[in-house]
Amino acid sequence: MTMFLTIAVVVLIFVVIFQIAKASEYVSVLKGEEVSRKQNNKINGFLMVVFLVLGLVGVWYCNELLYDKTLLVQDAASVEGARVDSMLWVTLAVTGIVFIATQVILFVFAYKYQEDTNRKVVFFAHSTKLELIWTVIPAIALTVLVVIGLRNWFLFTGEPPKNAMVVEVTGKQFGWIYRYPGKDGSFGKKYYKNIDNASNSLGLIWDDELAQDDIVMEQTVYLIKGKPVKLVLGSRDVIHDVGLSHFRLKMDAVPGIPTTMWFTPKYTTKEMKELTGNPNFQYEISCDQMCGNGHYSMKGVIEVVDQEEFDAIMAKQKPYYYTAFPEKDPSAAPADTTVVAAAVVKNN
Amino acid sequence: MSHEAVLHGDAHGHDDHGHHEHHDTFLTKYVFSQDHKMIAKQFLITGMVWAVLGGLMSVLFRLQLGYPDSTFPFLEDLLGKWGKGGRITPEAYYALVTTHGTVLVFFVLTAGLSGTFANFLIPLQVGARDMASPFMNMLSYWFFFAASIVMLSSMFVETGPFSGGWTAYPPLSALGDASPGSKTGMDLWIISMALFVVSSLLGGLNYIATILNMRTKGMSMTRLPLTIWALFFTAVLGVLSFPVLFSGFILLIFDRNFGTSFYLSDIFVNGVGALPNEGGSAILYQHLFWFLGHPEVYIILLPAMGMVSEILSINSRKPIFGYMAMIGSLFAIAILAFLVWAHHMFVTGLNPFLGSVFVLLTLLIAVPSAIKVFNWLTTLWRGNIRFTPAMLFAIGFVSLFISGGLTGIWLGNSALDIHLHDTYFVIAHFHIVMGVASMFGMFAGIYHWFPKMYGKQLNNTLGYIHFWVTIAGAYLIFWPMHYEGLAGMPRRYYDFSIWESFKQFGELNKFISLVSMIVFMVQLLFLFNFFYSIFKGRKLTNTNPWNATTLEWTTPINPGHGNWVGEIPEVHRWPYDYGKDGVDFIAQTTPVGADESQH
Repeated sequence: MTMFLTIAVVVLIFVVIFQIAKASEYVSVLKGEEVSRKQNNKINGFLMVVFLVLGLVGVWYCNELLYDKTLLVQDAASVEGARVDSMLWVTLAVTGIVFIATQVILFVFAYKYQEDTNRKVVFFAHSTKLELIWTVIPAIALTVLVVIGLRNWFLFTGEPPKNAMVVEVTGKQFGWIYRYPGKDGSFGKKYYKNIDNASNSLGLIWDDELAQDDIVMEQTVYLIKGKPVKLVLGSRDVIHDVGLSHFRLKMDAVPGIPTTMWFTPKYTTKEMKELTGNPNFQYEISCDQMCGNGHYSMKGVIEVVDQEEFDAIMAKQKPYYYTAFPEKDPSAAPADTTVVAAAVVKNN
Repeated sequence: MSHEAVLHGDAHGHDDHGHHEHHDTFLTKYVFSQDHKMIAKQFLITGMVWAVLGGLMSVLFRLQLGYPDSTFPFLEDLLGKWGKGGRITPEAYYALVTTHGTVLVFFVLTAGLSGTFANFLIPLQVGARDMASPFMNMLSYWFFFAASIVMLSSMFVETGPFSGGWTAYPPLSALGDASPGSKTGMDLWIISMALFVVSSLLGGLNYIATILNMRTKGMSMTRLPLTIWALFFTAVLGVLSFPVLFSGFILLIFDRNFGTSFYLSDIFVNGVGALPNEGGSAILYQHLFWFLGHPEVYIILLPAMGMVSEILSINSRKPIFGYMAMIGSLFAIAILAFLVWAHHMFVTGLNPFLGSVFVLLTLLIAVPSAIKVFNWLTTLWRGNIRFTPAMLFAIGFVSLFISGGLTGIWLGNSALDIHLHDTYFVIAHFHIVMGVASMFGMFAGIYHWFPKMYGKQLNNTLGYIHFWVTIAGAYLIFWPMHYEGLAGMPRRYYDFSIWESFKQFGELNKFISLVSMIVFMVQLLFLFNFFYSIFKGRKLTNTNPWNATTLEWTTPINPGHGNWVGEIPEVHRWPYDYGKDGVDFIAQTTPVGADESQH
């Protein structure tokens, strides 16, 4: 019923607008086309200025309303992200000036030079000097932006500091799997055909001793405040993207082609809760590359903690190897030797 | 120039002339027409149908984004299982988003824009009876029509239409097991796009050949209107880049159906297990795709730029400022368009050095773009502006092009893109600069050339309402999205409620959805104006209603196939002699007087 009512109202509005438009056409014929055309010209010329003023007020008002909801109000949560922010402000300043200047010129010209029978137009077809000016000035401004941008770009994509910890992040439909190298500090090899959702979600090759102490986690990944971290990204199925808006970085996770990104977390999650005044604050990993119907729910969480806290958390983690081979877990009940032998044989 | 194909309007013509006209049946005149003007109208109206469908899709998915907690029973009536319980399902949401993108980019703003105006204006403005190959031209439309039918049919398959985003990145687009939309829906999507590529190539080759070879006497390249220059570069871009996309699609078809591994490697799909494919590169597709994908942006923009240049000059009663600079900047944009594709791929793990080269080349495009903007502004300066609806849309285009172009400087700089990539900031950017701006160019073109197309006038009042609501609406919809992007809000999300970082925009999303519905309604008003005026509009009494200088206005009010009665006029000057020596305008066909000043 409401459906029909809505349609009826919309149709009615259409008919009214159309009748007014049609009537105005008749009126213009009666008044004389030229007279009504000039009237319309005046109205539209006036509206040009109205639009400019309302538009600029609107830009200001929109900023008032929405600024607090963006990331601009808080510090970037990574050392490198702060560079993104400062670059963002420089770019905003440059483009903002051009935006306001050109929009004002456009609409003011439109208003000011609306048809006037007394004005004789200037036959002004070209001016090399003017054209050179507005080729060179944008070129200089852009050079500055490119230089700033590329310095940051090479920093972001370059080698991380030597003391960086390494964590592997693997995307799958629709979640994230994290791997720490364990005590030996090196990741073991993996092969995707070994993947088994129950006991080997990354397809680790158990023969590789380096793999045997690797720690695998889901949902939440723990990073250390002030310690650079290099993320090695991959995907099990389609392309995903590790979007870290609070750290101001993102990078695709591509099946078959590992990618990397690095940054230095600046605030612990706890500190961010205070800084943002939001007790539910989380560093979220959002998948930023269309990956299927569950794309919008592909969420991961980063928990940034102090070194001590991190060590405590890690001490509690068991190598993933023991999930696949619980009988080998020394902390579990003493294993039957025959089972172990069988497992070794199977593994070979 | 051959005169054999000339079809005179007068019945007293010799047998050789007029002879086709007597045998014109409904089928040859309206359906399988070889008249470029009719083909243009076919492209336009098919494009309009797609624009309405594509727009409606956006309204539907905006319902979900604006009102994620509400149910709308009519959705179940409309979409069946895709709108179960009155809510759009994620599958349907992604299918709508994907089809909206594909349709608007390719069917509306490529075929609908280039197809319409290149077909309509090239022969009329260069002074030719028809295209170089009218038959190929007809084929171009019918391939587009076939592409449309196949795309439409993909909406009705059991597993749904393709739903992996208009860019169709594999592996998602290659694996039916990863997404139901990548099953039959994707096969149909590729077939449709392949047909579309054929259509663009047939059209593009024809446009280039006609512009280069069929200009009338005196119409040197530097006397061409800027519309033609823009359409020329557009066609060149299309002819050189669509085949690359085609090759990318062929490899995708092989990966999907014949077990090859061009794009696939190391994949384990839940519920299926590990796939045998090894050694492929998912990124390879993105290079092939964006090698078209970026020029495509300019395929969409350049025709609008050309028409806007023309309309601004005519309605300012002043020559376009910097004609040669305008051509030069079009040329620069066309060249650079081929050298910037990887700026869509900054976060794919691209070699950083390669990325830096693409940053430089990308930001370089801002220079010719700036030249164009300043030249348009100078064209308005000290003019005598007539606000026809076409002129309003042309001014709107400039405003939108500035707004959207400037955010390109943000996104083209890789170190910022690494933060803003695939957020709502990108949506705001490309909708303003490419989507809405080109739509405005298209509207400007329709309002301006409607009298030439149909010999009737559109209702001006409706045109004014259409313009003011649309430009205000466009800014209200897309401007606030920049802020969502600055909060890191990702695109292509069905629901934001589980996200602590993005859920603060609920009210705003509601507002945007509401405005988008109003703007959509106003477009229907325009459509009504368009179709009503074709039949009931006031008849044109003057062959040259805008007092323009170009050749199309020297044809009869309703030109027949062949355009001019008798000889094709000769051209004696450039197309922008407005206000020269105090004369309002001097047509291109007027010989240069002895006492005329040189410019």
